[in-house]
Amino acid sequence: MRQEAFEQRHQSLWDTFARQLDELERPRLRRRPEQGAGLPERYRRVCNHYALARGRRYSPALVEQLHRLVLRGHQQLYTRRGAWMWRLLAFIANGFPRALRRQAGYFWFALALFLLPALLIGVGCMLDEHLVYSVMGEAEVEQMESMYRPDNEYPGRTLERGAESDFSMFGFYIFNNIGIGFRTFAMGVLAGVGTVFTLVYNGLVIGAVAGHLSQLGYHDTFWPFVSGHSSLELTAIVICGAAGLMLGRAVIAPGRHARADALRRYAGAALPLVMGAGLMLLLAAFIEAFWSAMVLPSSVKYAVGLLLWGLVILYLSLAGRGGDGAR
Amino acid sequence: MSTPPALADTIRTYETPEGVRLRLRLAGPVVRACAWAIDLVIRLLLYALVVGIFAFFGGVGTALMLISFFLLEWFYPVVFEISGGATPGKRAMGLVVIHDNGTPIALPSSLIRNLLRGADFLPLLYAAGLLSMLVSRDFQRLGDLAAGTLVVYREREPERAELPRAVSVRPPVALSVGEQRELIEFAERSARLSPGRQVELAELLRGITGKQGDAAVCELHSYAQWLTRGR
Repeated sequence: MRQEAFEQRHQSLWDTFARQLDELERPRLRRRPEQGAGLPERYRRVCNHYALARGRRYSPALVEQLHRLVLRGHQQLYTRRGAWMWRLLAFIANGFPRALRRQAGYFWFALALFLLPALLIGVGCMLDEHLVYSVMGEAEVEQMESMYRPDNEYPGRTLERGAESDFSMFGFYIFNNIGIGFRTFAMGVLAGVGTVFTLVYNGLVIGAVAGHLSQLGYHDTFWPFVSGHSSLELTAIVICGAAGLMLGRAVIAPGRHARADALRRYAGAALPLVMGAGLMLLLAAFIEAFWSAMVLPSSVKYAVGLLLWGLVILYLSLAGRGGDGAR
Repeated sequence: MSTPPALADTIRTYETPEGVRLRLRLAGPVVRACAWAIDLVIRLLLYALVVGIFAFFGGVGTALMLISFFLLEWFYPVVFEISGGATPGKRAMGLVVIHDNGTPIALPSSLIRNLLRGADFLPLLYAAGLLSMLVSRDFQRLGDLAAGTLVVYREREPERAELPRAVSVRPPVALSVGEQRELIEFAERSARLSPGRQVELAELLRGITGKQGDAAVCELHSYAQWLTRGR
């Protein structure tokens, strides 16, 4: 068939298809409803025309025009839309805890990397009041001591920060803590080194602070303050670490896949962990800013802290099990 | 259809389930750095705007400011990538982010590639990312490798050139399909060639047309006319 006859016969289909694509490519809110009807069928026919035009060596301009239509159609046909809210809820209720349980090994490994240094140096700092200076500078130790001095009106905050409102601390915790979580994950791509370093380092600092303050006798300011948000915050950092370790695993030991393919697969499996941990850190920031800072009897703080630890463990180990045989 | 030999250029092809081969033109480090610089300027303006607005609202203002900083740092590219495939900087440079199978970028891949900026940026100014782009086959930084994404040039709307008006003339010799295509392409490109160059090219075929100067150009246009329209 001659090119001109070919064009005349199919031009109206191409125009319709192009108009439909124009409509579908507009932002969702300004799109008229029900624009997708007939898209797959038109797409297949245009694919066919494109192949014919190439095979018959029609003019490059026509081939190019059809190629562009095919490319746009391909993008529209294979895009994913809608149901954001529902997907988020399903993720919190099922997706996140299930994804974490599938990667339990990485979680336990990350937990060990964090907890063992913390316990060791914590005990050390309780026995030796100078050991804390081996992980922190003098100024930092002083600042940290002032934060939890029994006469500090606002435990958990430095004296300059004390007057800032709970709200501004909420913003600070989000900016700082979730950022740390995301970076812990990202640095895993450097063969896991960055993640391991972050986990061990955070374990050392947190363990040293806890041990040192307990040794100073600041029990009644430090432990009630951290009890509320510790469950969410520490667990979330360890989960981010587990996700980072998965990236490291893909780089170091990709198994039967090419390294790039392994990285892609592991990153896809690790993403739910990071996002879930981000949500946990968001909640932790809220608790740390508004609940932990409240002056209440220690017994109440401890009770709530224990309750939250129990809920976090139950949620991560049980949520999303059952029904369809999911584990 | 046989697979064309792999060429040392920046065009990658991907075959869709429909059996159609898509061509993707990869974007290199320099154009991506330009796009990043444009985005940086936009983000700095947004930071300034946020500070300007929220500085007057006390504690709540500080909270909103810090939350905005957090969102701008991590999710500025994600929002634009999932809504239009490209940040304003990339859009300005004519780039778009897609999956390596040609489909538009989805939320999970966009999150992965932008979270991994934390590693790509190390030790400073995307040194790790640049190294990864230079080493990998498809100019992918670490985030692109992990997310399975490519940064490619946006296809520009091709302009259909009208064939120059000419009397339809049957070519005097039998032409192969490739030769026919060359003739049609010549006719389509004529509008963008200077008259002198048209003549120069057309006279290469003097052995077939037997004409010179503008007459040779007209003759080739006539052949193209015949090849596309017949008669």
